[in-house]
Amino acid sequence: MKFTGYLRPDGKVGVRNYLAIIPTSVCAGVVASNIASQIPKAVALPNQHGCCQIGADHDQTVNTLIGLGKNPNIGAVLVVGLGCEGVPITKVAEEISKTGKTVEVVIIQEAGGTLKATAEGVQKASRIAREISLIKPQEFPVSELSLAVECGGSDFTSGLASNPVVGIASDILVKAGGTSILSETTEFIGAEHILAKRGKSTEVGEKIFKIVNDCEQKAKLLNVDIRGGQPTPGNIQGGISSIEEKSLGCIYKAGSAPIEGVLAYGEIPQEKGLYVMDTPGQDIESITGMLAGGATVVIFTTGRGTPTGSPIAPVIKITANADTYSMMSDNIDLDASDIIQGVKSIEEVGQELFQEILDVANGKLTKAESLGHHEFGIYKIAPTF
Amino acid sequence: MMQKQAVVINKNDNVATAVANLAAGSPVSFFIGQDVQQIVLSEDIPVGHKFAIQDIASNQDIIKYGEVIGSSLTAITKGHHVHVHNIQSNRGRGDRK
Repeated sequence: MKFTGYLRPDGKVGVRNYLAIIPTSVCAGVVASNIASQIPKAVALPNQHGCCQIGADHDQTVNTLIGLGKNPNIGAVLVVGLGCEGVPITKVAEEISKTGKTVEVVIIQEAGGTLKATAEGVQKASRIAREISLIKPQEFPVSELSLAVECGGSDFTSGLASNPVVGIASDILVKAGGTSILSETTEFIGAEHILAKRGKSTEVGEKIFKIVNDCEQKAKLLNVDIRGGQPTPGNIQGGISSIEEKSLGCIYKAGSAPIEGVLAYGEIPQEKGLYVMDTPGQDIESITGMLAGGATVVIFTTGRGTPTGSPIAPVIKITANADTYSMMSDNIDLDASDIIQGVKSIEEVGQELFQEILDVANGKLTKAESLGHHEFGIYKIAPTF
Repeated sequence: MMQKQAVVINKNDNVATAVANLAAGSPVSFFIGQDVQQIVLSEDIPVGHKFAIQDIASNQDIIKYGEVIGSSLTAITKGHHVHVHNIQSNRGRGDRK
């Protein structure tokens, strides 16, 4: 099994060839977006962060920006800083350039404001866009693929069919030597004992219990019942009664492979295989973490229907709810509702999904890509000061 | 083929999940492992929602996927809707001191 991808200087392989324009603070977001709008295949990652953050929260933002720049779907990077923010602009650029990719920097306060910074950025970006256009796609074994598995707007069909289908596809990839990342720690609450048993070592199992306990304690500090936030009102309308029920359905996405390790938010795995990443259940922030961790294709199951895409990776969406598919076929790539009706098996649709992953890796646009969906958000773990 | 009405995921489950809108008073069949069981619903069950397949006393575990998904707030008799109105989550409960 092979796919066509883009080889990066650090040996990693991407399925897309983007030029990323990364603002290092909220204040640089508009200039980054201005620059990206003028260059084909350039994507900006505007965000709310980068200043007045402290401690682990600051570090997480810095590491996430660096991880996103290192993502194999990115051919080259332009870092856009304001000049006085907390995120160290040159450190972000230097860390990303350790991959061997071309990284340029524009600093708004040094360039002389928005217009001059935009002009300088467009000039630099257009040069590196031409440079990465010379990277020819080549054939690679599927072991070079890295999946992010996500579920959003879950309903009863997620746990019964679409998540198990993703589990089959994830198992096929892991068996072939590839990488798959399961995230959304909130949605392990009540199912952590099952995941922990699948840890490669007792240490991995203990780490799974720890991240889930930490997540539950954080929720409890707010002195409310987690229900209403998790499961969401839509999950509840769709038949899910508790976080435990949601979690037990959620973890099917990770199939049955052993779990190699537990990653911090945005951490890049050192080996291949199945990993768990500690992220919130909020889809967009969770996906960002896995992309900073090097995932190149996102599989997204939905019950209620969601339009989610990503600026730097294809997002393949699948539902097993026939009504949702017919209402939102603009957004959803794969209809797995035959499983609910007993017409097709989970195994069969899992194989179909794996073929779809290969097609998308080979360049087929997902519905989210063809509609220009590029939702993006970074998880914060402390207040802004 | 007759349309599937409800699914019991694990033989230890005490709830079934409706995979079609099911009306009160109608008999519903489902598989528990290889065995077919039939019960009559006491309430309308919207698609995706759960109903009890056994009588469940108050403060008992609700089992789906063979695992605990919460506990009953009241006694729930066979054929009744099982959801947020009569079961509670036991996790992430910052409201309990």
